[in-house]
Amino acid sequence: MGKIVLEGVEKHFGNVKVISNVSLTVEDGAFVVFVGPSGCGKSTLLRLIAGLEDVTSGKIYIDGVNVVDLPPAKRGLSMVFQSYALYPHMSVRGNIGFGLKMAGMPKEEIRTRVDAAAATLNLTPYLERKPRMLSGGQRQRVAIGRAIVREPKGFLFDEPLSNLDAALRVNMRIEIARLQKSLATTAIYVTHDQVEAMTMADKIVVLNAGSVEQVGSPLELYERPDNLFVAGFIGSPKMNLITGATAEPYGAATIGIRPEHLAVAGDGDGWAGTISVAEHLGSDTFLYVEVPGVGLLTARTQGEVAFHAGERVMLHPDPARLHRFDKSGLAIRN
Amino acid sequence: MAATVNTRKLARTMLMPAVIILFIWMIVPLLLTIWYSFQNYNLINPVNAGFAGWSNYKYFLTDPAFFQAFANTLILTLSVLAITVIGGILLGLLLDQFIYGQGIVRILVISPFFIMPTVAALVWKNMLMNPNYGIFAWIATRLGFAPVAWLETFPLLSIILIVAWQWLPFATLILLTALQSLDEEQKEAAGMDGANFASLFVYITLPHLARAITVVILIETIFLLSVFAEILVTTSGGPGYASTNIAYLIYHQALLDYDVGGASAGGVVAVILANIVAIFLVRLVGKNLDA
Repeated sequence: MGKIVLEGVEKHFGNVKVISNVSLTVEDGAFVVFVGPSGCGKSTLLRLIAGLEDVTSGKIYIDGVNVVDLPPAKRGLSMVFQSYALYPHMSVRGNIGFGLKMAGMPKEEIRTRVDAAAATLNLTPYLERKPRMLSGGQRQRVAIGRAIVREPKGFLFDEPLSNLDAALRVNMRIEIARLQKSLATTAIYVTHDQVEAMTMADKIVVLNAGSVEQVGSPLELYERPDNLFVAGFIGSPKMNLITGATAEPYGAATIGIRPEHLAVAGDGDGWAGTISVAEHLGSDTFLYVEVPGVGLLTARTQGEVAFHAGERVMLHPDPARLHRFDKSGLAIRN
Repeated sequence: MAATVNTRKLARTMLMPAVIILFIWMIVPLLLTIWYSFQNYNLINPVNAGFAGWSNYKYFLTDPAFFQAFANTLILTLSVLAITVIGGILLGLLLDQFIYGQGIVRILVISPFFIMPTVAALVWKNMLMNPNYGIFAWIATRLGFAPVAWLETFPLLSIILIVAWQWLPFATLILLTALQSLDEEQKEAAGMDGANFASLFVYITLPHLARAITVVILIETIFLLSVFAEILVTTSGGPGYASTNIAYLIYHQALLDYDVGGASAGGVVAVILANIVAIFLVRLVGKNLDA
């Protein structure tokens, strides 16, 4: 249980419209990621669902019940905060069990449920410690433990990994995704990191300036971006966007081609350019090629290639993978 | 913080002059006081001089005024602590909310702390508590009651009110800053966990304030044990010894009875009592200050 439906949700702070007319459906058990640049309103949208902010207009249904007038605790959701927001004077056990204690659950049952949650998260040895005696990753797991122990209808994650270092972030990303699958509980996850979005989500909601740009599975967004914003935001390195005379023959104001869909060759047809930087990662090589009249293009080739900075190369776009956009930035599909 | 051996040595060397000066500053008056406390030293009876043995102490400790002053000191200190800590938390919670003219309100709340004790006590004595033209008397007569002669009828209570009024801003200030440092996300997390206002206060806010409360109690106790000016300008310790605390009793002994030896003995007793209180306090609440 845990279907979350938003209908025409709006949020204004004074005269500033932070969220404008967002409607979307989060299916029961789905892992949905809100992604967008900072200031796009993704955290606000999450807080609206949590009940930490009041909607200006619109409806939020959780399992068919409109919850806009319910306080956060009554909505049956639990949240993992960016700062973890652990209670510093309580032990790990106290932190995880606080919600149950507030719900008036008997002590014995709290104990068993906290033990179970701690076991799932490998926190058992730390149960009697205070949060300040834990590492960043352990604190993160306590925050998650606090969320799962209440067996909520849905989890809300507000950029939970942004305070961790890169290696730990990848681990926690996998752990959270696995945990969510095994619990089969609806989850909404906010991040500005499109890699997190692509790797974790069943469904991605791309937000920009308070409105939904596109909703879809990670590969849908990658393969068929609806507009320039999504095209530029999803994918790493970024899609090459070319305007002007180069785009005209394709009947578009802008054309986009992902770095991995640019074939690089020493000769042949295509765009001629000079490599200004070559990044050799071993598994991939990123070439930044200055093409006169087109601009700086990024090309990605698999494995190690024998191109180096200063060399002249030909870039040939894969015509089947070329994205075309009209003047207003919307995708042209035929 | 782990410091290297060298930086620790350097730190100790640099601290040394200050520590030595502080030590001298403390030890010379203390030794002199102890010395006088064993002397017959009365300004109106210069003939009777020389070593007095324990007689000054016997005289001071068996004086019925001492017991009353001791009780008054405890009552005064504990009552003011209770009023300022509880009142400070409540005022802090109020001032933590957004209101228009927040800056001005905060300055108004804090201003009593900047008023000298003597001035504050005189304002209370003459403008508020005076049974003839004080504001309290005016309010009482307006409501049809007989005006109360505060300083005569409730001398100790009056002193407690005056001193609490002076220290409430301090407590409020410290506790308000502590409240403001409470992480907003923690409150939200507690809200999502289903905590209502009361449990939020008990389980989140109060533990967060523990350290600030400790600081308030420790600092206030130091000053409250030696309240003097407020008593001098209002009740002069009276009627009888009803509002005399130990500090005032010592003053009385030295400068009204001219008994320097007896007052010194009282001073030593006060130092011992203050140390006992300090040990209790540090045991009781000082552990809150760790890390």
